Amino acid sequence: MIQALAITELALRRGGRHLFDGLNLTLAAGEVCAVTGPNGAGKTSLLRAVAGLLAPEAGTIGFGAADPAAARASGLHFLGHQDGLKPARTAAEELTFWTRWDGASPGALETAVADLELSRLLALEVRRLSAGQRRRLSLARLAAAPRALWLLDEPLSPLDARWRARFGEMMARHLAGGGLILAAVHDPLPIPARELEIPA
Amino acid sequence: MSRALVLLRREAALAWGRGGGPLIAVGFYAGVATLMPLAIGPEPERLAAIALGAAWVALALASLLCLDRLFERDYEDGALEGLVLSETPLELVCAIKCLGQWLATGAPLAVAAPVAAIALGADPALAPLIFLCALVGGLAFAFTGGIGAALSLGARRGGLLTAVIVLPLFVPPVIFGGGALDAFAGGLPWQSGLALLGAYAAAAVALGPVAMAGACRNALT
Amino acid sequence: MIPAPAFLSNPERFMSFSRWAAPLFGVIAIGLGLAGLWLGFTAPEDYQQGDTVRIMFIHVPAAWLAMFVYACLAVASFLSLVFRHVLADAAAAAAAPLGAGFTFLALVTGSLWGRPMWGAWWVWDARLTSVLILFLIYLAYIALRGAIDDETKAGRASAILALVGAVNLPVIHYSVEWWNSLHQGASVLREGGPAMPPVFLVPLLLMALAYTSAFGSLWLVRIRGEVWRRRAEAAALRAARA
Repeated sequence: MIQALAITELALRRGGRHLFDGLNLTLAAGEVCAVTGPNGAGKTSLLRAVAGLLAPEAGTIGFGAADPAAARASGLHFLGHQDGLKPARTAAEELTFWTRWDGASPGALETAVADLELSRLLALEVRRLSAGQRRRLSLARLAAAPRALWLLDEPLSPLDARWRARFGEMMARHLAGGGLILAAVHDPLPIPARELEIPA
Repeated sequence: MSRALVLLRREAALAWGRGGGPLIAVGFYAGVATLMPLAIGPEPERLAAIALGAAWVALALASLLCLDRLFERDYEDGALEGLVLSETPLELVCAIKCLGQWLATGAPLAVAAPVAAIALGADPALAPLIFLCALVGGLAFAFTGGIGAALSLGARRGGLLTAVIVLPLFVPPVIFGGGALDAFAGGLPWQSGLALLGAYAAAAVALGPVAMAGACRNALT
Repeated sequence: MIPAPAFLSNPERFMSFSRWAAPLFGVIAIGLGLAGLWLGFTAPEDYQQGDTVRIMFIHVPAAWLAMFVYACLAVASFLSLVFRHVLADAAAAAAAPLGAGFTFLALVTGSLWGRPMWGAWWVWDARLTSVLILFLIYLAYIALRGAIDDETKAGRASAILALVGAVNLPVIHYSVEWWNSLHQGASVLREGGPAMPPVFLVPLLLMALAYTSAFGSLWLVRIRGEVWRRRAEAAALRAARA
């Protein structure tokens, strides 16, 4: 269980290109931070580095007292641009697989399906869903998985105003339960959040 | 463990459906086996001489062709990241993917192999041994082939590159399987060939996932 | 992290060492090579092979080097994977085309020798087949390195391939031997033939040393080239950022 996130003097490089250095950030349970900055500043790379998918050039990323490898394996969820859903499989098959893979209980899955109003979409193949519907499927996976630290990359973009508000409620619930959220955004989050700007 | 089973079921289902799955693999296999007599000539005695070898090589090629999308699709659509961020070690994930591949395409190919060999003129008494060799060889092909598929992630012309990487690694199983069949057909002891094939398959199952996991991590980070 | 060997961990020291070592090895290679060739071509004809035996002085060291360079490639790949050191990666990148070159030379000279001796340009002899597969592995390594755009990723992926190949090479060699004995092929190269007389042995050893020095020299030159290229690219990136 991740209780805190501490990033100290982080420097990242991606594809031979230097992104930023000297980045510091601490996040405690119940806190949310919105990472902003122009395109190409390294917002996604920051999230990937926290998830362990990009090795830092310098600096450290810690998860409180937890061992980083164990914390990443069971404590965080990365919601990226790509959702990993297979177009030819039904929404139900994909959601069932991923929630079981994440270690979610069947009850949590049912609650998430109800919250995100997915029950009528479940029988459809993923390729027949709209971008917003697919994102709701990913959000159901996020909500059901028992993971403390949410890493969200542009989570709002395919959602309409109503679902943005609902997603805000979902985030607020997660924070109230002791969760942590680090989100890369262009539009402001629908809940009050600390901001961290990465300069170009 | 239940998590591994859930993944195995998904992988087998995906491999089964991946672009036609076993149907395409067996179709390709049948196509190559059909080209052989067209290139070599229809005389039964000439065909019978190469029937076993031709069936065995065609099997290796068909296994190779199925590897193309083993990791590539998960890499492109983000599923690989989801599989990495889990308590299940990536080595096990890679092994399960290859196992699913083997169940969905290796096993159907093993059923097709004796048919192709007999159609080319092999002795029908060989059918059980051909099936067994194709089954064990398919395991070796899937696990060594997975290394090539994982290494060529993110490369230009990944499919062709996979073939160039994997074909030299297919040399021992092709030799051992072909040798066992050849020995059996010639009335010689064939067990050593099958045992060597099994040993290579076992080594590939044990060591291949380590290389695959390293290659996947490298491609993602 | 375990500290890398001090020599490898310091590119500066490598550059100052290789500045004089590369030409020195080159001069040694030329000297030994000329001596070896002179002795080789003045040696008497072989009672069986005639003049053709002289191809051996070109061929056998090339085949040795083909394997020796792969060992170097595997060690460099291992060091670059474990220590993540750029110099080891540069060494692996520089070694592969040289190894492929030696392997190709071994195949071509073997084929030239085989034409008069075996009456065919190519015979599926166990040794020839093994060397051919080694050549294919070199090609796969070079192709993989060239097909991935990100240089760090290309380095690590090809290092994994080099190690997979190193594990497989003995198995491949054994399997080919097994295959050859199974088929009772015309095994022309007898095992444990007559001991080589010194008139042939001395030029052969001289040539082997010459090949090894030539490889050492070319390897160092190519690593230097890699280091310079990477430095130039880093400088260009810095200039673009400023």
